[in-house]
Amino acid sequence: MYNGFAIVAGLVIFFAMLTAPFALGTMTKQYKEPELKLPVNEKECIESTEYMRTNHMQLLNEWRDWALRDGKRTYTNHAGKEFSISLQNTCMKCHVSKADFCDKCHNDAGVSPYCWDCHVQPEGLK
Amino acid sequence: MKNSRRTFIKLAGIAAAGLAVAPKKVLASGGGHAPVKVNATASHAKHWAMVVDTTKLHTAEAIDELAKVCHHIHNVPSIEGKKEVKWLWHDSYGHSFPEQENPHLAEEVHERVFPLLCNHCENPPCVRVCPTKATFQRPDGIVAMDYHRCIGCRYCMAGCPYGSRSFNWGDPRLNLDLANLNPEFPTRMRGVVEKCNFCVERLAVGKKPACVEASNGAMFFGDLKDPDSEVRKVLREKFTIRRKPSAGTEPSVYYII
Repeated sequence: MYNGFAIVAGLVIFFAMLTAPFALGTMTKQYKEPELKLPVNEKECIESTEYMRTNHMQLLNEWRDWALRDGKRTYTNHAGKEFSISLQNTCMKCHVSKADFCDKCHNDAGVSPYCWDCHVQPEGLK
Repeated sequence: MKNSRRTFIKLAGIAAAGLAVAPKKVLASGGGHAPVKVNATASHAKHWAMVVDTTKLHTAEAIDELAKVCHHIHNVPSIEGKKEVKWLWHDSYGHSFPEQENPHLAEEVHERVFPLLCNHCENPPCVRVCPTKATFQRPDGIVAMDYHRCIGCRYCMAGCPYGSRSFNWGDPRLNLDLANLNPEFPTRMRGVVEKCNFCVERLAVGKKPACVEASNGAMFFGDLKDPDSEVRKVLREKFTIRRKPSAGTEPSVYYII
């Protein structure tokens, strides 16, 4: 192979640079889930924690159509308990702080839902 | 073990039986769970309608008082001029009933002002022209807005013959009294059209619309399709007119003159 050393050295450097973000990121820093301020008085959300963690966005999406378009405003969860469908009047009555609950994960994950363009957060508007 | 058709069918049978006794949680994660119903306390009607007794309610001050209640509970911003946002407002006889005016109208009627709001038409032009179905007619006749879907094209404003819709030219929150907000009801965002919603959120918990409640008996609300309802009783006894009959929109708001 002509210029074998230069080619191999070049390849080594290329792959080192290519994988550098993964190597640096996963070896030095471990992603930690943000610590949420959970409601004081309630132990259980409307569904299980795992369900809410993965599905709260779909659930909220369905809630808004059920309440607004279908006029059905009572939700029965898997345990048979009933809740009134409302972001401001049900969710935010337990999760009393948008900054301490919603924003923590959303900021980490880099998502900015536009719920709060209209809905009033429990802290009130400033 | 040899994989024969016989063993496959056996296993499939066992799996199907397993599904039948699987805990609810496993099934629910598969979707198709639509556990919703109408509030137990909600008021129901086949077609909601309103009757306004203008012999009792005809001064600008009294109507503004009702508008204040409505605008407060729905977080409607107060803006002066062409960018104004309004759910309930007042206007003169000529502007309210342009087709029913005549030069020799009873002076007392001519001087009245009339409370105006979304007419929740039986045949709403706004719904017909909305390209995203953001404004739609509910089965109970209420013409509602889904602000999540509104793209701000303002076709509905062009379609409405009553000027019942307002456009949010700027962020409505800039003109709201933030210290005196109703935290139970959302605000709107810039670039959406808004209007009176016949207080659907109050009907859902069995209350009457806020203006009707605050009107001291000058407004009636009920089911137009129920012959025994309050509105039908009033409509049977009194002469009423509706706005712009030639538009053919069949308003659900009636005025006792």
